[in-house]
Amino acid sequence: MTDKPGYRRPQAGTQPDYLHPTYQSTNLRSPSKPLVYLPHSLSEITGPTIGAEHVAEKDNDLTAQHDGEPLGERIIIHGRVLDEDGLPVPGILVEIWQANAAGRYNHARDLHDAPLDPNFTGTGRTVTDADGWYQFQTIKPGAYPWGNHHNAWRPAHIHFSLFGPSILTRLVTQMYFPGDPLLAYDPIYNCVPDTSAKERLIAAFDLEKTIPSYALGYRWDIVLRGREATPMEK
Amino acid sequence: MTLYATTSHTVGPYYHIGLTWLNRETLANELTLGERVAITGQVVDGNGDVVNDAMLEVWQANAAGKYDHPEDQQDKPLDPNFEGFGRVPVDAEGRFRFTTIKPGTVPGLKGSTQAPHLVVLVFARGLVKHLLTRIYFEGEPANVADPLLECVPAERRQTLLAKADASGVYQWNVVLQGTDAETVFFDY
Repeated sequence: MTDKPGYRRPQAGTQPDYLHPTYQSTNLRSPSKPLVYLPHSLSEITGPTIGAEHVAEKDNDLTAQHDGEPLGERIIIHGRVLDEDGLPVPGILVEIWQANAAGRYNHARDLHDAPLDPNFTGTGRTVTDADGWYQFQTIKPGAYPWGNHHNAWRPAHIHFSLFGPSILTRLVTQMYFPGDPLLAYDPIYNCVPDTSAKERLIAAFDLEKTIPSYALGYRWDIVLRGREATPMEK
Repeated sequence: MTLYATTSHTVGPYYHIGLTWLNRETLANELTLGERVAITGQVVDGNGDVVNDAMLEVWQANAAGKYDHPEDQQDKPLDPNFEGFGRVPVDAEGRFRFTTIKPGTVPGLKGSTQAPHLVVLVFARGLVKHLLTRIYFEGEPANVADPLLECVPAERRQTLLAKADASGVYQWNVVLQGTDAETVFFDY
């Protein structure tokens, strides 16, 4: 049987190294020995096809999960999931989680002295449509302090987790908001050298998506690894 | 049009909010075909301290060596009672445990055969990009000819082998960093 194509290796500077000393948690959690090169076999070009069957229609509305409305600035985030050839990736699971408007996660380990919001859990999920589009309604998360260094603050962000056509397209990342002054100081945002790659993590304000008298719109596209044209030899 | 894959960032310490709804620590049900295996272990960092905020994801073939995925066009049976996906959090002591079936052998590249194995992704605060490793089974005859194990330095191969204890439970730890026992991770 002829081998099938694998997936493309990252463009230089666009994916982080495991050791990133200014983000202190990497210092004891990054491998110290060389990674072993992995050719892409059937075990890697396949992957879980988890998705639509587990997601309810309203799971993408984080403002409608409780009796009351959460505090904060209502926002719509939408965009397309594409591969590196620009083709849409339909039917895949997109999971998100985030802090509330005060910058507090609904999580036992978050000890930040900011109020919890009884009307906000901060969890959402959806499935991309036939053209790769996804959409969430939520509130804009607040910035929050963390213990990485003196006076460290995470810029406002939303965590995204995506599957895709194979285990190699698995992606967990964070989306940021335009104009946030904390981005320049954040070691996680700055974990790759490529400026364009960093800027692609920032959503764009989208006036067309903005709902008058209701919610601000943001557009954020996500790109999953693309396929090699032919099987790679190493 | 050529785009570049979105930069990976850490799941952070609060991933449970978004991800635990899809936990799958029992991959097989009572109708799934194959030999039941339980796999347990601990995630530790470069100081040997437990990592209590990690999460594993597992991907594997069924007992016949067939993946539940359209790219797998082998003439082998799918098992309607097996998806092959696990999502396994660790507890306060960094321990995890999941149960599944032992997968069959699957084809490797260039006509080779891969020994039974599970693909494992490791997520945690401090991992800006998830790690990828594999679990093989100690004592499995097919390990000798596995094309990927052959690429791993011989003295490190044992980090990929789950070892059955006296009760038959497979033990396999994830050592994120270390001079001796650091788990082999792959450049994927």
